[in-house]
Order: sequence, then C-alpha cells, then structure tokens
Amino acid sequence: MDTSQGMSPVVDNNLTLPPIADAAAAPRIDCRNIKVFYGETQAIHDVSMSFPDRAVTALIGPSGCGKSTFLRCLNRMNDTIENCRVEGQILMDGENINDADVDPVLLRSRVGMVFQKPNPFPKSIYDNIAYGPRIHGLANGREDLDAIVEKSLRRAGLWDEVKDRLMAPGTGLSGGQQQRLCIARAIAVQPEVILMDEPCSALDPIATARIEELIDELRNRYCIVIVTHSMQQAARVSQRTAFFHLGNLVELGDTSQIFTNPREKRTEDYITGRFG
Amino acid sequence: MTDKARSPITSAAAAKHLKRRRAADGRFRYYGLTAILTALGALAVLAVSIGSQALSAATYNVVRYDITLDPAVVAPEGKSRPADISRNVEGFYSLIRDNLLDTFPEAQEDRVLRRELSDFVTRLAVLPTARLVAKNPELIGSQITVTAPLNDDLDLYLKGGGVRERKIRTGLIASVQAGAEGTYALQGAGAFDKLIAGLTVAGEGRATDAVQMDVLLTSGASTGRLTSITPGAATMELLTGKAEDFTNDRPTARIILSPESERTISDRQIAWTLALKDMGRIKREPRWTLLTNSDSTYPELAGGLSAIVGSLLTMLVTALVAMPIGVLAAVYLEEFAPRNRVTEFIEVNINNLAAVPSIVFGLLGAALYINFLGMPRSAPLVGGLVLALMTFPVVIIASRAALKAVPPSVRSGALAVGASQMQTVFHHVVPLAAPGILTGAILGMARALGETAPLLLIGMVAFVGDVPKSPMDESTVMPVLIFSWSNNAERSWEPLTAAMIVILLAFLLLMNGLVVFLRRKYERRW
Repeated sequence: MDTSQGMSPVVDNNLTLPPIADAAAAPRIDCRNIKVFYGETQAIHDVSMSFPDRAVTALIGPSGCGKSTFLRCLNRMNDTIENCRVEGQILMDGENINDADVDPVLLRSRVGMVFQKPNPFPKSIYDNIAYGPRIHGLANGREDLDAIVEKSLRRAGLWDEVKDRLMAPGTGLSGGQQQRLCIARAIAVQPEVILMDEPCSALDPIATARIEELIDELRNRYCIVIVTHSMQQAARVSQRTAFFHLGNLVELGDTSQIFTNPREKRTEDYITGRFG
Repeated sequence: MTDKARSPITSAAAAKHLKRRRAADGRFRYYGLTAILTALGALAVLAVSIGSQALSAATYNVVRYDITLDPAVVAPEGKSRPADISRNVEGFYSLIRDNLLDTFPEAQEDRVLRRELSDFVTRLAVLPTARLVAKNPELIGSQITVTAPLNDDLDLYLKGGGVRERKIRTGLIASVQAGAEGTYALQGAGAFDKLIAGLTVAGEGRATDAVQMDVLLTSGASTGRLTSITPGAATMELLTGKAEDFTNDRPTARIILSPESERTISDRQIAWTLALKDMGRIKREPRWTLLTNSDSTYPELAGGLSAIVGSLLTMLVTALVAMPIGVLAAVYLEEFAPRNRVTEFIEVNINNLAAVPSIVFGLLGAALYINFLGMPRSAPLVGGLVLALMTFPVVIIASRAALKAVPPSVRSGALAVGASQMQTVFHHVVPLAAPGILTGAILGMARALGETAPLLLIGMVAFVGDVPKSPMDESTVMPVLIFSWSNNAERSWEPLTAAMIVILLAFLLLMNGLVVFLRRKYERRW
C-alpha cells in the first residue's frame, strides 16, 4: 500500500524538510542482547536488533509477547515499573543508554513516546505542547515558545483545527485529535526517536487513517518505532517489521518481505491468522 | 409478555421463583427506605430539639435605665482617668440600682427587698456602659439611657420557661378598700368565678386552700398577691404599684403552680418584672452578645467569642502543622517510597493511628508538649498540635486516596516528555489530586473542630474570660465551652448551650460547604 505520495493535508509544506536519506541505511538505535525481567519472570529473551533513522519500524506479535516491554526499554520507561530489570546494551550515538550515568530524563527528551490511550494533560492545548520545552528550557521567552507550539502542532497536523482555541483544555478534543496532540507534545521537545505504543488502538478507522498519514510524514525526520496489533497497519506504515513471540524476536526484515515471504514458520502462521 | 402456554420460562415453578425474587427486591428497597427515613427522622428530631432551644436563646430581654452620670459616683476624686472609669463597676451599678429603687420605692426600706431588686441586674452588666463613658468622658454629668440584660431567671420567666403558670382574666372589680398592713379588699360580683374554677383545675380537684399556689393579680404596672378568694371578693397583698389601678378594671390573674420557696424568682420579682414590662422598659432584643461576649458565670452575659477565637487559633495551628506534614507524607509514600517492609509497616501504622481514640492524643499532648517541652497549658498552640497529631493520619489517608485516583497515564505522559519524577509529581499529579487532598484535609479539620476530649486533658477546659490574642494565650474552644455550659446547673444555660451548638454546627457546615465548593470548582475529568 502506497502512502508516500501527496495525499496528506496534514503536513505543512512551508517547513523546510531535511533531505530524506536512505531509510535502512543508518541505524539510530542499536540493541544488543536485551533481556527484561519482571521480578523472576523473564519477559524478553536476548533480543538484538537495530532501528534505522528516518524510517518506521513496526513491532508486531500476539498479546503478551513483550513488544511493548521492549519498546519501553528504548526510553527507559521500564525504570518506573517496580521489579523491572533490563539487561543488555542499547546504543544511541555509540552511548549505552542503560548505563547508570545516563539520566533517563535527558534520554526521554531525545526519545519521545506516544501511548496507547491518548493522555493529554488536563491543561490547555497550548500548555500540553509547551510543557516539555519549558522544563527542558528549550524556549527563550514567550515568542519562542509560541513558535515551538505552532511548529509542533503543524507537524502533527493539528494546527488548523486548534489554532483558534489554544487555551481550550486538551482533554476536550476528540480521541484522534487528542492522540495527535500527544504526538505534537512528543515532537515539541525535539526528539530524534518517537516510540508509539499502539497509538491507534483506541481510535476509530478515520482517526486511525489520519494518524497513519501523520506517521508517514514524520518518518522524514524521525526514527519511529511503532507497536501495533494490526498487521494491516504495520504493512501500511512501516518499512521494517519485527515479529515477536513469547519474548523472543522471531523475525526481523523489510515489511514487504515479512508480509509476503516470511522466513519463519511462526511468522507466517501469525500473519495468516493461525494464532495471535 | 411471554405466552404462558408456550414458554417453559413461565412455568408454575419459574413463576413462583420469580415472585420470590421480586418480593426479595421489594423487601430490600423497603429496608433501604426505612433506613434512610430513620436517619432523616433522627436528624430532624435533633435539628428541631436543638433549634427550638437555641431559638429561645437567640433573643433576650434587656431593661432600659435612664441614669444621670453623677461625677461623684462615676468618676470620683482620684479615680477619674478613663482606665479607672472603665473599671468602676460599683459606681455604675449603684446608679442602676438607685434607678430601680426610684421606680419601686417599696424596696427602699427593706433589706430583703433591696437584695431581690439588686438581682435584676448583674454587676458586670454595666461594663459596656462603663467602657462607653470612659471613651466619651464628656458624657459625665449628663443623663443617658443604657440597657442591661435582665437577670437570666426572669428572662426565662418572660420567655415562658422556668416557672409554670396559668393566666386567667378576672371579672370587673368594682371596689378596692384598704385593709390592715398593706392588704386590700377587692370586690366585684362574680369577678373571681373563673379564677376559682381555674384554681380547681390547677389543683387537680383538691380543695383550693390545701394547694400551695400563689395567685398574682396584675393590672397595668401594679401587681398584688391574693391571700383569700371567694367568688365575689378577694383579699390582696399589694406587691408593687398602686391599689387604685385595680378599680374598674379586669385584672389578669396568674396562678403560679410552684410555691415561692421552690423557685429561683420571688413573687415580688415577678411583679416588678411585669411592671417594667408594662412601662415599656423591657425589650426583647437579638442576643448578639452570644457572639461578641466572652464566657461569664452569668448566663445573661455569657458569650462564645473567646471560644470562637480560641477555636480559630487552634484550627490555624492544626492546619499549619497537619496539612503540610500530612500532604508531604502522603506524596512521599504514594509517589516516591520504595515498596518494602518498612513502608508497609508505616502504612499500617498510619491507618492504626487514624483509629486511635482521640483522648489518647490528649494524654500524649499533655505528656509531650506540656510536661516534657514545657509549653503553656490551655493554649491554642498546644491544642492545635494535639489536634494536628490526630488529624494528620486522616489527611495522609485522604491525600493518598486522591493521589491514587490520578490516572497513571498522566504520570507516564509527563515522564515521556522528559519530566523528572519530582516534576511529574508536583506539576501534574499533585495539582490533579489537590481537590481530593483539600477535601480530606478540611474534613479532618472539621473533625478536629468538634473534638473535646483531648483538649480537656491539656487544660483547655479552664474558664477563660478574655479573648485570646495569640496561640500562646489561655483559651478554650467551642465544643469544650459547650461541654462546660452543659455542666452548669441553672436552667438558663440550657438554651445557651443549644445556641452554642448551633454556632458550632454552623462552622462545621461552613467547612463542609467549602469542601463541596472546592470539589465542584476544581474537579477535573480525564
């Protein structure tokens, strides 16, 4: 399915885009021998994979296969879960983000995250976007902040819908708008990587289509990792797909290859709907 | 509905079962309704009984006096500074007593009667006048009109309490003739028929002369006591006023059902009170002194100001101590503390602490603050600290519940944009939990406001006549004042106690209203 050409009103074309590099070329994140434990239970078994820059990588697999857990390793959100232990190396710019001296707060400003259920802060639309830049000191003064808010909302394709009510509460938007607001919020802190944990599972098909268009646009600037239950979605938005099962990475490859010509039996069984 | 013949669902057994289930439903609804009605009924009884009592204390009778501020009495030589004048209770009191003696000359020569008349006004009731004159010395020498509350027993009598009596209008008195020793013979054909009938009823059928009942006859400002009654004639002992007043009048007879020796007020005092009322010198006024006066040993002067201020100071200390400690402890336990044995132990003990009887906190306060740390007794500071000990587990529990209710998605949202844990908590979680935290805190405070037992143990039950100016001053609080007043023997304290309860309830309602308001205003949905 081709979503790459000019069907999107979401993107503001006035913004100058950096040249699009070859999608699979430069790994943005390189994971080596990742193991995750919840107490005594091992949720991820020795997973090694890399995520290319300026491309969408989809993590698919049945419920409880560890794909969300793995995603949360990438911005160390697992730190907030008690009893959760992560082993292995995750390299970003040659630095292991699992090192004790890496501050997860700084890491999370470089690796943004969008959640399954839209979770805007119960504040105004403006404050939702401005919160991140404020705490990171990214804006010099009000005008600067206004510019960041506008840019983020434009990139998330929400500007035209909310520009007249920036002070209205973010929770008053529709589900799809709220999710785009959350994406804008993630963009506002200028991350390099955006993690999306089933971003469309709480949305209707129209809102889902809109988010998918948006993801496709964002791919031009960010390394995007998306967890999804919908194989169609993975096929539509991603360039690379990883299939997880029971905490193991079963197969990793180009999306077209995974969905048309899977190497592993389990992958084939899953994408043809024999289990999952 | 379903066809009976076709459907096995409506077989006889099923129908019977269904009927039983419906009956059970109906019974349950009925029980619930009964429970609610019982609760409402109890509340209504409470409100009516306290409210009606309090209502009678909401007004009181004051007597007007026209007095001339004689410089020799008010500001005698060497005692003419404002401070002296404001303390010259004796001088001002003598002016008022003399005014009463002028009004009722029959009391001038008799020591017993003089004392009975003196009881009309409490000495301390002249203090407001003394202060007024001290502030405006130019008044000295002029004639002014002052009011002072009537003695509480007489006040109660005028409100229809304290003394049981029955009023009967007599027939026309044709003539009054003076007899021996201040007695008068009253005559009028059939004038006392109704009175005799009334006496028979009041005496429950016993012979009139065997029953100890006083009968007072009042005409205008004059009142006498009947010593013998026949249908057409009676002998009267004049208590106050002029005998001529009764001629060609239909005076009102009052059958007083308790003998004089068993009453706190004498016949003569009743007569004088009725006379003052007839002269228009007694007026029923709203009892603002309940809010503006401090405690007193005289019910007619007693007010709750010192207790109200004491309560407010105590609450201030409690709020300043319990709220920050409680909220911070809750935030730490809920958001930061690692889950382990120690925190679990602390949690269990906080819950236990909330269930400890309040009097135990009083003992702790007495031992810790007063004996060990040497803080002053009876002070709002100590009271507030004791109540803070009692309140803060409640605040912690309420705050933790409020923090728990904040959805985790807000936390992860904040963490994901790179907020530190403290930023997450203080920028997002605590503001969202604030209405719940405030609700819990205010309800805890409301509970503390109504607390009596622990404060008794740290000496806040002492009689306090002055309004406390700081949390270090001697003070009492509203519920303790209610407790003290309800211990007093005199009957006039009863309505006063009820009125004070109403004031306390008003404060509690105010706090609960604040809770509802805050919750409505800041409640957020997510």
